[in-house]
Amino acid sequence: MTATVETRLALLRAMVRIRRFEERCVELYSTERIRGFMHLCIGEEAVAVGVLGALDAGDAVVSTYREHGHALARGVPMSSVLAEMFGRVTGCSRGRGGSMHLFDAGRRFYGGNAIVGGGLPVAVGLALADALAGRPAVTACLFGDGAVAEGEFHECLNLAALWRLPVVFCCENNRYAMGTALEREHAQTDLALRAAAYGMPAWAVDGMDVQAVAAAAERAVTAVRAGGGPCFLELRTYRFRAHSMYDPDRYRDRAEVTRWKEQDPVDRWRDLLLADGDLDEAGWTRLVAEVDEEIDQAVTLAEAAPVEPVEDLTRFVYAEQSGVSS
Amino acid sequence: MSADVDADVDADVDATGTIGPVRTTYREALREALREALREDERVFLMGEDVGRYGGCFAVSLGLLEEFGPERVRDTPLSESAFVGAGIGAALGGRRPIVEIMTVNFSLLALDQILNNAATLSHMSGGQLAVPLVIRMTTGAGRQLAAQHSHSLEGWYAHIPGLRVVAPATVSDARGMLAPALASPDPVLLFEHAGLYASEGEADGGPVALDGAAVRRAGTDVSIVTYGGMLPTSLAAAERLAAEGTSAEVVDLRSLRPLDEDTVLASVARTHRLVVVDEGWRSGSLAAEVAARVAEQAFYDLDAPPERVCSAEVPVPYAAHLERATLPAVDDVVAAVRRTVG
Ligand SMILES: Cc1ncc(C[n+]2csc(CCOP(=O)(O)OP(=O)(O)O)c2C)c(N)n1
Ligand SMILES: [Mg+2]
Repeated sequence: MTATVETRLALLRAMVRIRRFEERCVELYSTERIRGFMHLCIGEEAVAVGVLGALDAGDAVVSTYREHGHALARGVPMSSVLAEMFGRVTGCSRGRGGSMHLFDAGRRFYGGNAIVGGGLPVAVGLALADALAGRPAVTACLFGDGAVAEGEFHECLNLAALWRLPVVFCCENNRYAMGTALEREHAQTDLALRAAAYGMPAWAVDGMDVQAVAAAAERAVTAVRAGGGPCFLELRTYRFRAHSMYDPDRYRDRAEVTRWKEQDPVDRWRDLLLADGDLDEAGWTRLVAEVDEEIDQAVTLAEAAPVEPVEDLTRFVYAEQSGVSS
Repeated sequence: MSADVDADVDADVDATGTIGPVRTTYREALREALREALREDERVFLMGEDVGRYGGCFAVSLGLLEEFGPERVRDTPLSESAFVGAGIGAALGGRRPIVEIMTVNFSLLALDQILNNAATLSHMSGGQLAVPLVIRMTTGAGRQLAAQHSHSLEGWYAHIPGLRVVAPATVSDARGMLAPALASPDPVLLFEHAGLYASEGEADGGPVALDGAAVRRAGTDVSIVTYGGMLPTSLAAAERLAAEGTSAEVVDLRSLRPLDEDTVLASVARTHRLVVVDEGWRSGSLAAEVAARVAEQAFYDLDAPPERVCSAEVPVPYAAHLERATLPAVDDVVAAVRRTVG
């Protein structure tokens, strides 16, 4: 794939936005502006950017609780993501969801699911609806390596393959499910092999290489959109931070983390662009400054935003037009 | 069924003078109970997600892997239905498994196994099979974890014949309920409230019967019946009410199935008023069950309609002010009591 300079720079910017945003979130968490569980995708940005970048506006996305990067890469405004994490009514879920439950129906971003494996059946159904309506849309379903152990994973891959539904199953294999390493969680650690057993194209990709992810996602989305049934991508990556802000991270070897950091997807891509002359140091500094400016604005807006009035607590338990009161 | 007042437990040194209550936390008391169970019975093992290497998602099992090894402290994959079902099978096969599910929200993935197997096998097999299984899980809200991590669904489980359901609210109960649960031939679900893990108190190490409610504070004007994470809220309300001259008795159910009706009815016979405080949703709730039983069996003892203080009927939201508005608070309990005595 020969990408233009603009495309290559756009991939870099998209990853830097996610990285800098989450680094700011850590600060905001430590000052208690953000509460609850917060899961960061620092180290996994190439997956978010590569996969989400391969989608069209009409496609659907189903994600997990580790979804800041997915939401930002999908185009959910940073200010509404941050406002959500601040619990403000201007947040993308009115402050009701927080970090783990970002929704944006207009962008077909169906959340933000905090039950491991819980999003897969929903993705199958979204794809079924698109197929029934004759829409050429695909559904990208993102989940972790841990989810592969859940029954729903197996039920959903079978169902999607059986009905030839337009789902791209994207497994972010970051080698850990909380404190449980891949080898202690799966008898067969080649996850693509397991997906292939359900009768769909499945392959593993270097998830630390944004170009490789983008190319694989492009190929998968094209095949799925053409009506060939689902595909499975195993995106091999690593989370640099603890599972969540609560995790004391007792279960991994520091040297392992350091080794993976040498594969930092942002650094790798930036260094390549610098080496290829697509970017110079001044351009890099400017890019970071522009991203930081956007983050500053998002923080200012979130700080100033109102919270939802308590009287509205019971709104939307049922659809407003149904007239049912809880 | 027994009721005991342990509002004023004193240092209870036994005849040899060696055992006395220890000041500890709810979390450590649970861990100590696990340690004792693993030490005393070869058949006991603990399994669940991240109970070993990670140290337990709420650090309850921290250190037990190192002490007992991976055969007896088993990390499982994310497969709730499989490992709960495997716990049922292992219990049928003569082991005494303790299965940890991280939170009650995730237990829904294992609900089929819990209801269709654990709860039914004894009766459905005409008494041939027994499932001596203990399932521990965390319940409750209060930490801004939003709508998939905050619910109190123990009332659902209390609906199911064949299960025993307990909810330790004190350090002593956290320490003392596991051994009787393991000794029970029936499946026991043990609910640990997330908000209680850091609470401190004294544990004397003695076993706590699984079917007796406890009067945590004696009173004469109203019975506040509660359990689990709502006990501190109810006690705080009783304290506030005492200052304004209302004497509230606080009954901690401890066992949600079977319910210790006798203790509740005896309390209502003394106070003639009932307020039930339950973190679950009101409709079809455990609070409804308690109120219905009192209405059925003690109608003429009542001087006022029973009151229920429950969570708002919404999925628990993330934002702090909304979560606070959702959960029963001391003010809500005080207001409900005032309505009954007013
Ligand atoms: C059904 C269920 N079980 C347990 C949990 C608790 N939990 C949250 S994330 C997680 C690990 C998931 O690992 P993985 O799927 O690899 O995703 P990652 O966090 O690595 O992105 C666990 C055990 C949960 N949220 N849902
Ligand atoms: Mg993982």
